[in-house]
Amino acid sequence: MLVFIVRRLINSVFVMLAVAMLAFLIFQMAGDPVEMMANEQTSQADRAAMRERLGLNDSLPTQYVRFVANAARGDFGISYRNGQDVLHLIGQRFPATFELVMVATLISLVAGIPLGVLTAIQRGRWYAEGLQFVSIVGVSLPSFVVGILLILVFSVILGWLPAFGRGDVVKIGWWSTGLLTPSGRQALILPAVSLSLYQITLIMRLVRAEMLEVLRSDYVKFARARGITRARIYFRHALRNCLMPVVTMTAMNVGALIAFAIITETVFQWPGMGMLFIQAVTFIDIPVMAAYLCIISFMFVVLNMLVDIAYAVIDPRLRAA
Amino acid sequence: MLKQLGLAATLALSLVLPGHAATLKWGASHDIFSLDPYSYGDSFTLAFLNHVYEGLVRYDANLKIEPALATSWETVSDTVWRFHLRKGVKFHNGADFNADDVLASLKRVSDPVSPLRGNLPAYKSSTKVDDYTVDIELTGPYPLLLNDLTNIHIFDATWLKDNDSEKPTDVGAKIEGYATYHTNGTGPFMLESRVPDSKTVLVKNPNWWDKSQSNIDRIEFTPIVSAATRVSALLSGEVNFTDNAPSQDLPRLSAQPGLKVMERTDLRTIMIGFNRKPKLDNGDDNKFNDLRVRQAFAHALDHKLIQQRIMRGKSRTAGEIVAPEIPGYSADLDTPLSYDPDLSKKLLAEAGATDMPFTMVCTTDAYVNEEELCQGIVNMLSRAGFKPQLDIAPVALQAPKRTGGKADVYLIGWATEPMLDAYSILVQMIETRSANAGVFNWGGWSYPDIDKLIVAASTEMDRTKRLALETKALGMVKDQIIMLPLHQQPMAWVMSDKIDKIAQLPDNKVRSWLTHISE
Repeated sequence: MLVFIVRRLINSVFVMLAVAMLAFLIFQMAGDPVEMMANEQTSQADRAAMRERLGLNDSLPTQYVRFVANAARGDFGISYRNGQDVLHLIGQRFPATFELVMVATLISLVAGIPLGVLTAIQRGRWYAEGLQFVSIVGVSLPSFVVGILLILVFSVILGWLPAFGRGDVVKIGWWSTGLLTPSGRQALILPAVSLSLYQITLIMRLVRAEMLEVLRSDYVKFARARGITRARIYFRHALRNCLMPVVTMTAMNVGALIAFAIITETVFQWPGMGMLFIQAVTFIDIPVMAAYLCIISFMFVVLNMLVDIAYAVIDPRLRAA
Repeated sequence: MLKQLGLAATLALSLVLPGHAATLKWGASHDIFSLDPYSYGDSFTLAFLNHVYEGLVRYDANLKIEPALATSWETVSDTVWRFHLRKGVKFHNGADFNADDVLASLKRVSDPVSPLRGNLPAYKSSTKVDDYTVDIELTGPYPLLLNDLTNIHIFDATWLKDNDSEKPTDVGAKIEGYATYHTNGTGPFMLESRVPDSKTVLVKNPNWWDKSQSNIDRIEFTPIVSAATRVSALLSGEVNFTDNAPSQDLPRLSAQPGLKVMERTDLRTIMIGFNRKPKLDNGDDNKFNDLRVRQAFAHALDHKLIQQRIMRGKSRTAGEIVAPEIPGYSADLDTPLSYDPDLSKKLLAEAGATDMPFTMVCTTDAYVNEEELCQGIVNMLSRAGFKPQLDIAPVALQAPKRTGGKADVYLIGWATEPMLDAYSILVQMIETRSANAGVFNWGGWSYPDIDKLIVAASTEMDRTKRLALETKALGMVKDQIIMLPLHQQPMAWVMSDKIDKIAQLPDNKVRSWLTHISE
């Protein structure tokens, strides 16, 4: 078991190094940060000096090795765009994204599972088929359109919810939370709904497919023959057997949402990591981009490793691999 | 009876006095980069920080220079300027303002690693004469020092020292600066809180030295990057002011009760530049070096169509590379060449440049309606016998192509910020490229005759003579079509109709100390 974990760890280090290498190759094509930082009055000489100080004249391997050496010590430098410590900057944005993604996931489970069950057991009824059709719309609508529509209806026409921002936040240590204030909770609703819409349809379709499968199985028929109530069969016996893939998929998607809630965050001016990243890209803020990509890949690597270890614990056959 | 009368009088007085608390909820298109005014010298960030910090001098409502932290000044010699400082000014932390603060600030801004040092190009040193008098020495005679000083905000020397911020924040050194997160200025507003990309709150400075014309006691500044969300926030009343409203939503916004739209043209002049190296990027001979080809280019553009269709009638067609408000401008030069595609074809044939393929480099996130503009220009050029190819992408991607001379034809805008003088564009864009000039001379041209005029203007202390030199240089730019101006682009502010007084100057900077909100 120990050998297995060590081997996985070594693999992960190589994955991280490869991600950093790819990131650096991309930065070479992204543009020239000095041109973004200098203003109209900066002279050619000052621009050259700035480029030299930032180490942008060094060869790609030199820059890469320097970055890896610094990153290994947890030093990602300061942002080109706003002069803030990069790790601190990402730490500041993480709670906003995390809360958004968690609430969105919760909404998608709470709404998606019952809808999936409903469309499965009422198959053929007009409203179940209608829901199926609506769910296609949910999957195919781009998330910025959903976001703008929600803002238009709930902020502009009805005036119920704020159109942007995170409301008031409460600081608990380094973590900032919007869940403890009324304005923070209100501000969370629209972006979370907008982010969860796609997930809801995904979960609903997954649950429906699994349910249809399970409802055909022998033990359901047997339970029915014993005269157990329908509600008990559906929700206690059948649904439970459908949830494994749902849980796996949800867990995988949480990581993806944290990394790429970019569009929702931009539409709602949600001060999370996605917005930080997209702004870093438009400004060629190399320290932020590099740190962000490394931290995200680290997150995925750890998640994957945990899953692998869990599988290995469950299934002894995998340990040899 | 007397008592009642007194009460009535007090009531009446309180109705007349402009003492009501009002909040400006400002939705901007992007956040300020830093609270440190000596960071990148981005015009928008500097304009915002001007609420908190002030310079020795400032622009008034007519963009003329007026005293701020300095009350008067004179030149001691050709290269030494003496400034008399305002007495009784206090920083937000209560410290007195005096000569040491000016010295410390100038030292910080002119530091070799200061990103803003280009904004004070002729600076050499400064000395304290007494507590309220400072001499600034320059590297040579230089007429535009006051213009430069409008954007050099003054810090408190002791505060800088106490917080270990006497040197500017250097991104290369990888250490955060105290001034990136904290402020201590003398301006009309004080910082209450800031969460980057979410909200920055300023409150009124009750001890401001100047008489405020504003009743705003709180500014909530929120960046809203997505234009559609920004418009929604205006419609729902969550913000009551924006200095950047998308032009396609203006009819909808002006129809909304409770909102009003204020439009005008900006100082920013959009123009076209040409590669002037011997070869084009594709390796062909560069025919743009032939004046007839550039003339053909100019005659191919239908300015009326651009103004009415692409810019929706909101832009101001330009024949000169600076706006009318900029010193050095001359109305005689401000007529574009006529629209005459047949003449273009003839000129191209004469120059042997018919069907010369070239690339036009445009951006997507720098100027108003630039995508439609570039597409329109490419169509017009094709009709007039050119063979253009459009290369359009965000600034970040296009910048290396332009500075590396890989753009055969390109679009650029110039507002002459922060000096507001034609000298700005002449030295930075027209003059031959060198260590200290021609950074934006992307085409790589060199006109020694024009260079002589620019150098002469840079040391000419007589304003009339200097402006005459600049105008002459601009005339030569026009004759040679070094840059081909298109228009001054429009700007649009949208606000609650409760805002009854606001200063919207063509430099597109918000000056909330001149804003008044009724009720």
